[in-house]
Amino acid sequence: MSISKKEVEHIAELARIKLTETEKAKLAKELSAILGFVGQLNEVDTDAVLPEAGGTDLKNEMRPDAQIDRSLEQRQAEMLAAVPAKKGEWVKVKAVFE
Amino acid sequence: MKLNELTISEAIQGLHNKEFSVTELVSACLSAAEEKNKDLRAYLEIFPEALDEAKRADEMLKSKYGNIEISSGLPPLFGIPLALKDNILVGGRRCTAGSKILENYVASYDATVTKKIKSQGAIILGKTNLDEFAMGASTENSAFGPTKNPHDLSRVPGGSSGGSASAVAADLCLGALGSDTGGSIRQPSAFCGIVGLKPTYGAVSRHGLIAMASSLDQIGPMAKSVEDLGLLFDAIKGKDAFDATAVSIPDTKTEFNREDLKGIKIGVPKEYFAKGLDEGVEKVIRLALTKMEKAGAELVEIALPHTSYALAAYYIIVPSEVSANLARFDGIRYGYQHPADSLFETYSLSRKEALGPETKRRVMLGTYALSAGYYDAYYLKAQKVRRLIKEDFAKNFKKVDIIAGPTTPGPAFKIGEKTGDPLQMYLEDIYTVSLNLAGVPGLSLPAGTVLRDGQKLPIGLQLVAPWFEEEKLLNVAKITETLFK
Repeated sequence: MSISKKEVEHIAELARIKLTETEKAKLAKELSAILGFVGQLNEVDTDAVLPEAGGTDLKNEMRPDAQIDRSLEQRQAEMLAAVPAKKGEWVKVKAVFE
Repeated sequence: MKLNELTISEAIQGLHNKEFSVTELVSACLSAAEEKNKDLRAYLEIFPEALDEAKRADEMLKSKYGNIEISSGLPPLFGIPLALKDNILVGGRRCTAGSKILENYVASYDATVTKKIKSQGAIILGKTNLDEFAMGASTENSAFGPTKNPHDLSRVPGGSSGGSASAVAADLCLGALGSDTGGSIRQPSAFCGIVGLKPTYGAVSRHGLIAMASSLDQIGPMAKSVEDLGLLFDAIKGKDAFDATAVSIPDTKTEFNREDLKGIKIGVPKEYFAKGLDEGVEKVIRLALTKMEKAGAELVEIALPHTSYALAAYYIIVPSEVSANLARFDGIRYGYQHPADSLFETYSLSRKEALGPETKRRVMLGTYALSAGYYDAYYLKAQKVRRLIKEDFAKNFKKVDIIAGPTTPGPAFKIGEKTGDPLQMYLEDIYTVSLNLAGVPGLSLPAGTVLRDGQKLPIGLQLVAPWFEEEKLLNVAKITETLFK
């Protein structure tokens, strides 16, 4: 399974990671090798098999529609301390629409 | 014996018998850490306030039990110095996940497991090194430098919980917490000659664990003895309102009530002894199994036919889940932000600069596998094989109590030996990944050593139990541990 440089660029755009030219070439090779390796799954007959999402047998784990934890109240300053770009109590971002 | 060389159980006894104080115990660990961490890099950060916490613990003990015996009312982990892998949040403290993107991130809350051990009065000594975002089998993917194996400083401690394993093995703490998505507790435990448990998926809350692959991740204990694993597991297990995947399990203490292995059927998968297993490791494991048989166990050859497909399924499912879980690291709410002119570039340049190569590789792989046109061929297919792997375990657990085999295909490798080819590194997980895919609990315990370049390197035996049967697993492991001493 061979991944071209163009495909790498498309995936990088979807993944929101800018790659250097060297990284693009390296990843094209590495991803091709890994996809080649995982391709062996095609040897397995899974026609009659349902997918397994993993996890537990728990279903519809509900909780009351009410606040259950107050430990982060009045601690906005701490959480804002982690924000790289802010204005007052607002998280600053570049325009979403251009 | 130095106090930092004790097991948790021995330390509890010593504290209760007033043979030494919490301050003396914690000081011993901190001195050892100060002395050895520059060579090992087991810890990314050591907490200076741990000593003050120890003094306060002693004051509390004095005021409550000054002239009387310390009662069993004291929580088991009271005063016990532990280390936490740096992907488990400790409120008010840095949590890097071994990545530049979180180099200066300070956690605003405690993980549930952190809360639980703190509520028992355990003393957190610091945060240990890991492969970036828990992706790796050697701790070489850490953005802050690799950790060394205390048995041979030219070799890796394993990964991704390499820092925790190294810290426990070198007596820089009495026990540690790690996380395991594909072997990240068991493999470093095997390489460093300690014991490590990956609980059943759902047995321990993942709230406050920086997510890697949400349908496989589990936090688990790493320690010097199986009894200690029981104490740590008891402290962290259980339902949690903050984790919808955490299951309700009985709050009862793990009881160790076995005298021998009589009546225990041990399944030995023939697929685990195929090509790729180091000769020296095979010898150690076969001898270990013989010892278990002499102690009363019945060895049964079994088949886990989809074993050879587990790695392939794993390396589609995990990168896919990783690509979703790491989308939040975009330079907006926390972490590193690269200056940019547009929103898109804020994301793409921040991630370009601050995510490491293995992380980028897995995000890219996962993005591809989940993208339009490829989902059925990769992710869906892998999920179907995942069901077959889970069924392999379910079928065999109808015939046997425990499944046993090597934890790793070889001993600890040299630093730099496998970093040239990602697939080479992925092959290290060959015996461990199926457990995470199926959700079953597994443990590694030291079974012997092999000699390489004149150094004795530890080899781990992996024991697997059915879902939520940690008590049986720990009981079998405790007897087995004594057979190998």
